[in-house]
Amino acid sequence: MNNWPHFRLEKRLTVPPWLEFLTLAVSLLLALVAIAVLFRVLGVNPIVAYQRIFRGAFGSLYGLSETIVKAIPLMMCGIGLSLAFRARVYNIGAEGQLLVGAICATGLALSRPDWPSWALRPAMFLVGFIGGALWALIPALLKARFRVDETLSSLMMVYIASELVNYLVYGPWKGAKEMGFPYTDKFSPSAQLPRLLNTRIHYPTLILALVLAVLAYVLIQRTKWGFEIRVTGENPEAARYAGMNYFKTVLLVMLLSGGMAGLAGVGEVAGIHYRLRYPQGISPGYGFTAIIVTWLARLNPLLVIISALLLGGLLVGGDAIQVALGLPVATIYIFNGVILLFVLGSDLFTHYKIRLEWRRER
Amino acid sequence: MPNPSEPHLAVAMHGIVKRFPGVLANDHISFEVRAGEIHALLGENGAGKTTLMNILYGIYQPDEGIIYVKGKRATIRSPRDAIRLGIGMVHQQYRLVSTHTVAENVVLGLPVSFFFPERAARRWLEEFSQKYGLSVDPNARIWQLSAGEQQRVEIIKALCRGADILILDEPTSMLTPGEIDELLGIIRRMAAEGHTIIFITHKLDEVFAISERVTVLRQGKVVATLETAQTDKTSLARLMVGRDVIFRLEKKPAQPGEVVLRVEALHVLDDRRLPAVKGVSLTVSAGEILGIAGVAGNGQRELVEALVGLRKSQRGRVFLKGQEVTNQPPRALIEQGVCYIPGERAMGLAPGLSVAENLILKDYCQEPFARGAFLDYAVINAHANRLVDQYSVTTPSPATPVKLLSGGNIQRVILARETCQSPTLLIAAYPTSGLDVGATEYIRQLILQQRDQGTAVLLVSEDLEEILQLSDRIAVMFEGEIMGILPAHQADLGTIGMMMAGAQRIPMSEAA
Amino acid sequence: MIVEFILLVLKAAIPAGTPLLFGTLGEVTAERSGVLNLGVEGMMIVGAVTAFGVTYTTGNIWLGLAAAALAGSLLALVHAFASITLRVNQVVSGLALTMLGLGVSGLVGKRFIGMPPRTRLAPLTLPGLSDLPVIGPLFFRYDPMVYLAIILALVLWFMMYKTRWGITLRSVGESPATADALGVPVFRVRYLAVLFGGLMAGLGGAYLSVVYTTAWIEGMTAGAGWIVIALTIFAMWDPVRAMLGAYLFGGVRVLQYRLQPLGISPNLLNMLPFIFTILVLMLSTGEVIRRRVGAPAALMQPYTREER
Repeated sequence: MNNWPHFRLEKRLTVPPWLEFLTLAVSLLLALVAIAVLFRVLGVNPIVAYQRIFRGAFGSLYGLSETIVKAIPLMMCGIGLSLAFRARVYNIGAEGQLLVGAICATGLALSRPDWPSWALRPAMFLVGFIGGALWALIPALLKARFRVDETLSSLMMVYIASELVNYLVYGPWKGAKEMGFPYTDKFSPSAQLPRLLNTRIHYPTLILALVLAVLAYVLIQRTKWGFEIRVTGENPEAARYAGMNYFKTVLLVMLLSGGMAGLAGVGEVAGIHYRLRYPQGISPGYGFTAIIVTWLARLNPLLVIISALLLGGLLVGGDAIQVALGLPVATIYIFNGVILLFVLGSDLFTHYKIRLEWRRER
Repeated sequence: MPNPSEPHLAVAMHGIVKRFPGVLANDHISFEVRAGEIHALLGENGAGKTTLMNILYGIYQPDEGIIYVKGKRATIRSPRDAIRLGIGMVHQQYRLVSTHTVAENVVLGLPVSFFFPERAARRWLEEFSQKYGLSVDPNARIWQLSAGEQQRVEIIKALCRGADILILDEPTSMLTPGEIDELLGIIRRMAAEGHTIIFITHKLDEVFAISERVTVLRQGKVVATLETAQTDKTSLARLMVGRDVIFRLEKKPAQPGEVVLRVEALHVLDDRRLPAVKGVSLTVSAGEILGIAGVAGNGQRELVEALVGLRKSQRGRVFLKGQEVTNQPPRALIEQGVCYIPGERAMGLAPGLSVAENLILKDYCQEPFARGAFLDYAVINAHANRLVDQYSVTTPSPATPVKLLSGGNIQRVILARETCQSPTLLIAAYPTSGLDVGATEYIRQLILQQRDQGTAVLLVSEDLEEILQLSDRIAVMFEGEIMGILPAHQADLGTIGMMMAGAQRIPMSEAA
Repeated sequence: MIVEFILLVLKAAIPAGTPLLFGTLGEVTAERSGVLNLGVEGMMIVGAVTAFGVTYTTGNIWLGLAAAALAGSLLALVHAFASITLRVNQVVSGLALTMLGLGVSGLVGKRFIGMPPRTRLAPLTLPGLSDLPVIGPLFFRYDPMVYLAIILALVLWFMMYKTRWGITLRSVGESPATADALGVPVFRVRYLAVLFGGLMAGLGGAYLSVVYTTAWIEGMTAGAGWIVIALTIFAMWDPVRAMLGAYLFGGVRVLQYRLQPLGISPNLLNMLPFIFTILVLMLSTGEVIRRRVGAPAALMQPYTREER
């Protein structure tokens, strides 16, 4: 007879806040230790790497400003996702919704270059929001109408959006003055967002994100719709009994999360690049990283601001170790992956008491 | 007393005790089955029949007691151990992979040949078809089969694992009358071939149709073990439900007012789209409690869900204070004063939300809790504090997530929400199931109090004592129909027992 | 002219589809047991870098392939532990795995960028057969891994539908509680299925770096892992349909270069697999179809034995 490790789980009846905080802190710490071990094995001095990352992201004004630059799209997407995940609607297609938002804003910027900036910039945000929302509407309707799982369909929509961007920048929208690069022409100045001093912080988007974070928090905690979202996520049956419309809620959170991801895309093209580029040029996976941001923030839109800054800092730190230690940019994904795994795993330790038993196979 | 290690006893269980939190499910049960007999295990829901058999099958471990199987002392830690001892069990809920074929289901988990394992299944199916009349198409997929055919697959699975002691848990509950006859035939042939059959049921007809001996359980205890031929329906019914002294709550006589709820020939389908409620008619008046007795699974759930708007009815009509409300959505019914205490507590709650928020689950979009799009938490918290006091909910604070409370306190939260606005109609389905004595008494008092304030109460329960204590009139439901409605003071246990077991029907002069 | 063009595309489609096929066979197995692993992209790229590194260091391509299979399953073990034992949300855990894989491969692969391959896998030539006109080049002149993938697809199909293991695997993915009640070790089956998924994804990535491209390029899987996820659905969780789908998707990738001169956008063409996949998702949710060919009923649901 075979022995097999077996975990016995006992549900905790109460989860004190200190325990939740402690497990989060411990899991982050353990994640850092695990990454250090991994670095050591792969021949990188972890202490030096950690120093460089920290200094790169937070150690200088420039680093700090870049951290904020990268945190902006993460916040935007993360705030929207926190609403969707609260309703247990797993929209993992924020990356695609972001790209479609960028496409829509670009379309407007290129076709109406002579609009005054006070009209063009808000209009770009508006069409970006609508574009992202419509992209999310497809999986939402498929879920409502055909009961298609939104996880897989929203993921597929990412790749369709990505090829759509490629199609546009290599094809019809390819810039006349871009020497063969897969870029559109540069936006007219009235379509470009202003930046803070000589940083790349496009503050209109940042302010919009902060305002939306507060609004999202108010929406979820203080309004009737937020109440419906939370009840639906907790128990769809109870929601139905209380007279709530399930599909209205699914649609609402999908449209909001898609729309906000679209806003993030507008910010990238109008605030950073001033043009549409190939997809990886616009977003190095902000939409996917935002899932981690949201999870780390425990689905709280206000905490999303903090976790977005944290992961934005990691992205900048990744650039720093690339320059200083000659490591590839992708190295930083190790942080994202390991931290996420540890935080996910820690949930179990918060909600259950765990005993490991060795026992005979049944 | 016979020697438990006697070989002619297939199973002997002695002094079995099984406790669940707050419940003594099996209270020193002794139970013996002779080899080759068909033995009926009779009792109401919650009498402990299934628990006892789950112990024999190794799903639960007894807290006390000894088990002998075929004369040998046995320790049964898991279904695997039970199977090794030749015990098989067919549960009420079939455990089949519905997208797979019959053959694939039969061989799952068996050490048959590695390649083309279904061939072994075909051989078995052939054999059992000839021997016992257990015939099923091995290539059919489970979801294509009727309930009766699926049950045969379960029996075949047990036989393939070498079961000669077969436990059937309420085997007729899902079957049509024709299928029941076939099943009884198969059981007789298996018994004739030397199999021992334990037949769990609450239906008296079946006891007499099939069994040689019968053991009656009540409230976790063995009441009697009898030769079936030497008893009759009336005395069995009395044994099954009878308490000589019924504890009665202090209760004022009811003062029924106008008719609040009128149901006319209602037909409702269950989740499998089969008829579950078949032409139910009843009325409930203001200030009275109509109790619906019956074994769970006879259509009560579907009836209640149709009345609160969670399930569409097929035919028939429902009136609330004279106005037709058939198939209106929950929201509309809530606004007309219909309140509902669901049987599964989890259903009426958002477990991660606070006590205060759960208390406004139904009223969140109305004044004074909502102002425009916003919720007014000052009002909501004040409301919560008031109700927490009034209904003595033990909670650290109204902001505590409701999932952290105990079962009794969770039920108080639901009760508080549902009764605080003096509903027109209160529908309580299994309101005290799984609660301890204190919580149970509190909740019963509260329901009576509602009645005295002029609320019409529809109480559904499988706890006969609860029905008798609270109701002013008692309706008995069996297989989707009302077997009769009696005034509580005329209700005699024997009659109710017979009606619950489908053995007696009282013409409904007064309910129409 | 047209015939030649078609033959040319077909001949290129099969090697182009082979890494997808390896990955898909693995993912089909994992999902059949009820575990969705969105970490295929990560496992493939770790397989790619491991295969290239080991082959480059030892000069033995088979050693490289074996190491890639091992590396893929090692990564899959992380997902198995998180999603089966710790019962973490499978979607999020899979995403984490992809990130982890991309990161590790970038770090490990730094020193191999721009390195020339030390050895190549020669096409398998069968005397007589390979020299046949038309048929020879179309069927009998690929590298051994192409044939291995085909054989694996057929063997896996046979295992899945005609053996005891197959019944066990599918039952665990459809109804773990039923399987558990009959003494099937649900957790062990799921672990093994996920590990096999990692092994196959590792091989798929390896094929890219040591056979198809013969170079290590950072991020070289370029979304192949996500196509595998789509392909798994497209094939409706069937190994033989996975084979046809992989070659079809491979063909689409080959076609984009061939059709570009004719004015057909390669990018619009690239959307097709994902659009098809959404259509399949839509069609396969109908109750009757789901029962025949749809997603395993317990996909994405962690299993826990219920105790009263």
